[in-house]
Amino acid sequence: MNINGRKRIFDIRPDELLADTLRRHDYTSVRKGCDTTSCGVCTILIDDEPVPSCAYLTVRAEGKKITTVEGIAEEAERLAGCFGDEGADQCGFCNPGIALSVHALKLSAKAPTEENIRHYLVGHLCRCSGYQSQVKAIRRYLGDTT
Amino acid sequence: MLVKFTNYHRAQSLEDAHKTLQKDKSNTIVGGGLWLKLSRREVDTAVDLAGLDLDLIETTDKTIRIGAMTTLTQIEESDTLRQIASGILVEAVSEIMGRQLRNVATLGGSIIGRYGFSDCITPLLALDARLDFHERGIVSLQDFLTEKGKVDDILKAVVIDKTKAKGYFKKVKKTAHDFPILNVAVVKSEDGTRIAIGSRPAVATLAQAAMDHLAAATTIDKKTITQAARIAKESLKYSTNHRAGAEYRAHLAEVYTRRGLMEVNGLED
Repeated sequence: MNINGRKRIFDIRPDELLADTLRRHDYTSVRKGCDTTSCGVCTILIDDEPVPSCAYLTVRAEGKKITTVEGIAEEAERLAGCFGDEGADQCGFCNPGIALSVHALKLSAKAPTEENIRHYLVGHLCRCSGYQSQVKAIRRYLGDTT
Repeated sequence: MLVKFTNYHRAQSLEDAHKTLQKDKSNTIVGGGLWLKLSRREVDTAVDLAGLDLDLIETTDKTIRIGAMTTLTQIEESDTLRQIASGILVEAVSEIMGRQLRNVATLGGSIIGRYGFSDCITPLLALDARLDFHERGIVSLQDFLTEKGKVDDILKAVVIDKTKAKGYFKKVKKTAHDFPILNVAVVKSEDGTRIAIGSRPAVATLAQAAMDHLAAATTIDKKTITQAARIAKESLKYSTNHRAGAEYRAHLAEVYTRRGLMEVNGLED
């Protein structure tokens, strides 16, 4: 598979899940939260679409383009700045997953609306912010960069 | 990962998938893999249908055929399905959890488990969907839902009619993420009115007595609709679980059946 622009070959078990494979190979921005596809912290992009890596068989990722936050580091840093400015995070545990969904949103829509942002945020649980400040931060970030 | 596989097999054809499925009782098909992951069992071989072109939405003059491996996102973004019965299937799917999950979850996987909480099954039942299996051929969704046990066949596609129908779908839930407390779908076409009620919390079923009441009525007005909604409440079984009580579910069924019937008949509630 191609991870963040680099071809990688791994030995895996048949029932191995992508979150485990990525973490084992030091892509530690990929976090495991609920492990039931409910919380969004394990989100990665496969062929530019967000998927829950805790439920995605690694074997199915063969030949696909995988993006983790390590692959969009500059963009994630700019988004983190907007989050800071808007008071949109405290612990930061959910941020990598959200950053990837925002990246996917940017790729899919030329001028994302607030409705688009909220649509992409469904599936990302945050127990610090209450979401309003995140929406503001993402709007600010998209306004700055699109 | 709760389920464990010894082997993974990417099927080369439907026949190959079917043969592999039959080889061991524990063998299973991988759809989206989301619910499979959470099942506590040991599987000899997981059979993957990816690559068999089962992820297509195809239309003919009279029908729409949705491949079993079509993701919920594909359905959500389908202009073809948006035109069918006021787009109730698209509406129902777009309310299922987040985009990440919908990018992986498949329509076939959502149906084959006969899940009570399914938001796909309820509108499809109201749309009189048929299931196209590799070996059995066409089976109505209504009949399939009454069957029990493991499915030893391969679901190829879900088929619905391209009818000019009006549709209504309502999912009652506590949060954007949540499973339904109850869901209701109503479809009115030239063949009559179908009402499906799901997450009671048992799997969706038709409110047949309410449908019969409407079919026998000479005029569909507010009074007839109110009676039909009451029948939908009283003729089906509602149960209690951690999401809601039976009495509350029955109340919701009556309210949203009435609202759905009013809407598809162009009446003000």
